[in-house]
Amino acid sequence: MSFTLWEVWQARELLYFLVWRDVKVRYKQTALGIGWSVLQPFLTMVVFTIFFGRLARVPSDGVPYPVFSLAALVPWTYFATAASNGSASLVGNQHLVAKVYFPRVLVPLAAVLMPAVDLAVSFGMLIVLLAWYHVVPTPAIVALPLYVVLGALTAFASTLWTSALSVRYRDVRYVLPFVVQIWLFVSPVAYPASMVPAQWRSVYALNPMATVIEGFRSSLLGTPAPGGIAMIAVATVAAGLVAGVAYFRSVEGSIVDLA
Amino acid sequence: MADIAIRIRGLGKRYTIGAREQYDTLRDRIAAAASRPFRRMAPGGLGASTTIWALRDVTHDIRRGEVVGIIGGNGAGKSTLLKILSRITTPTEGEAEIHGRVGSLLEIGTGFHPDLTGRENIFLNGAILGMRKTEIQRKFDEIVDFAGVGEFIDTPVKHYSSGMYVRLGFAVAAQMEPEILIVDEVLAVGDVHFQRKCLGKLDDVARGGRTVLFVSHNMAAVQRLCTSAMLLERGKLARIGDVRTTVAAYLGGEARGGFAAAARTGEAQILSADLEDLDGRPLETPSCSDPIVCRIGFALPRRSPGTRVGIGVLGCDGTTVFTTNNADAGTPCPSGPGEFDACMTIPPNTLLAGDFHLALCLWNAGAILDLQEPALSFSVEAGRSPLYAERATRKGYVHVDCAWSVAPRVDASAVVLM
Repeated sequence: MSFTLWEVWQARELLYFLVWRDVKVRYKQTALGIGWSVLQPFLTMVVFTIFFGRLARVPSDGVPYPVFSLAALVPWTYFATAASNGSASLVGNQHLVAKVYFPRVLVPLAAVLMPAVDLAVSFGMLIVLLAWYHVVPTPAIVALPLYVVLGALTAFASTLWTSALSVRYRDVRYVLPFVVQIWLFVSPVAYPASMVPAQWRSVYALNPMATVIEGFRSSLLGTPAPGGIAMIAVATVAAGLVAGVAYFRSVEGSIVDLA
Repeated sequence: MADIAIRIRGLGKRYTIGAREQYDTLRDRIAAAASRPFRRMAPGGLGASTTIWALRDVTHDIRRGEVVGIIGGNGAGKSTLLKILSRITTPTEGEAEIHGRVGSLLEIGTGFHPDLTGRENIFLNGAILGMRKTEIQRKFDEIVDFAGVGEFIDTPVKHYSSGMYVRLGFAVAAQMEPEILIVDEVLAVGDVHFQRKCLGKLDDVARGGRTVLFVSHNMAAVQRLCTSAMLLERGKLARIGDVRTTVAAYLGGEARGGFAAAARTGEAQILSADLEDLDGRPLETPSCSDPIVCRIGFALPRRSPGTRVGIGVLGCDGTTVFTTNNADAGTPCPSGPGEFDACMTIPPNTLLAGDFHLALCLWNAGAILDLQEPALSFSVEAGRSPLYAERATRKGYVHVDCAWSVAPRVDASAVVLM
């Protein structure tokens, strides 16, 4: 009953249509449509620039603070959207899951892939801002896709847990926004990771988003690359994925009965 | 073994009732874990949640190309069986081995999104049913044509009439080409025209040599489509075999010549039903030319004016042939309280030779007090009825005494010329 990679590959077209459905529906129902994916990180950047950049004088690794914070808000917004979308995905697709069989893992997978559309659009805005501040990316930019993938895998690992848990425990829906909010502050979005004392770096690295965000910045802005903490992040995500897949497989057969 | 499509061995599914509410939130779970040591002492504490077997000990092999009807009352386990066979849920015990590509249709238009257009939903629904994008593109025109939604194809389906919605859903599903097709009560939706279209399509599939599992309450459809049938009763496989006898067993229980209530409930209740001749003698196998008297005993423990007694005469496939109730003849029913006998006489030469079932109902102001369906079964023989004087068989269920006249044709133009 539990899914195999082969089964998921076989159902790739359904995965595509599930993502496509969510993208279409989302932009059909909203007046601003795709504008939302730009507006949210942009306004957050403005607020962060005023309060953290200007008033609190938070250091920004030598780059203008608006660029510094937006380069973090773009991957962060993707992660936050993917994580909350993903946790609600199985409950939201209950009618589908109850009536037809397909590898259940497609549902959280699609929910994590869908915000990538927003990521692409907001990335365009980031490029405009870079040009505005005359920041020219270095060859380090080739590493950018790796950090994007690591961010997506982080969101997917957390979603494997939260989506399956929220079928049984509807509490997850209330806990998650709070967790995401805390997560924002333990990630180097508003401040650089270099502010964290050296002896705490390895603990800090257990949060894979620290690597994702620092990596995103380093490949675009030429700030220092994450280095050693990246290894810890990759190991954490890998462990989370393996455990997440195992948990998801153990419960996917009873998802229908629990809802 | 190559000709076995589905091998079912000791299949069972248990549902836990009550436990879900108990542990709906993490807080409850933590609280329950904390109080567990004390609980053991509380009487009945641990056994608070009850379990029911929706399906148990079902074992059967379905051969390739077989068209199997799954019948049974509500809660018999039909849908649970289909859900297990279509892998939507896992069995608690036993196993089902399936050899071949399965397409399951448990609902029309699964996954349709109201905000998407007809065109978009065709692709989405097709992908959900396991079709390839290229396959859907190739069959797109055929789907639109079959659904008859033509000019509305780029309109969001939320603006569709329910008929259009269902037709579109079925049109997509009709394009599935599985080796094993699993279909749940999908004929219950839509109008007569649509149902006929669905049946025709299922006929094609069945005749195409594919294995079909078909759940329906429509016994006529089951008899028409299926080669064999499985009868489920309270989660168990009660009977299996050729479709005619299985359907008859379901409709007639064990083809009964009389009905007697198992126990007195103290509520308004049908107590008995028997067939008699005009002299009150029991009638075992009536002839077509006999008047058939149905005597129904019932109890009204309280005063309930306006109660009605109704009888439905069903054909061998469950089709309702006609219904009648005491008010049709202007006969009032006593208000009660008390026990009464109602007699209804079917005139001679009305029912044609064949098997019939009687459904009995007691109701008052739209509320059903008791329903026995079917209460009893009987066969009518041709006998010496004038209806069978010239030939041995007649089509249909009943004979209606129609007026006829045959005369030389009056030519309209000739009338004018004169």
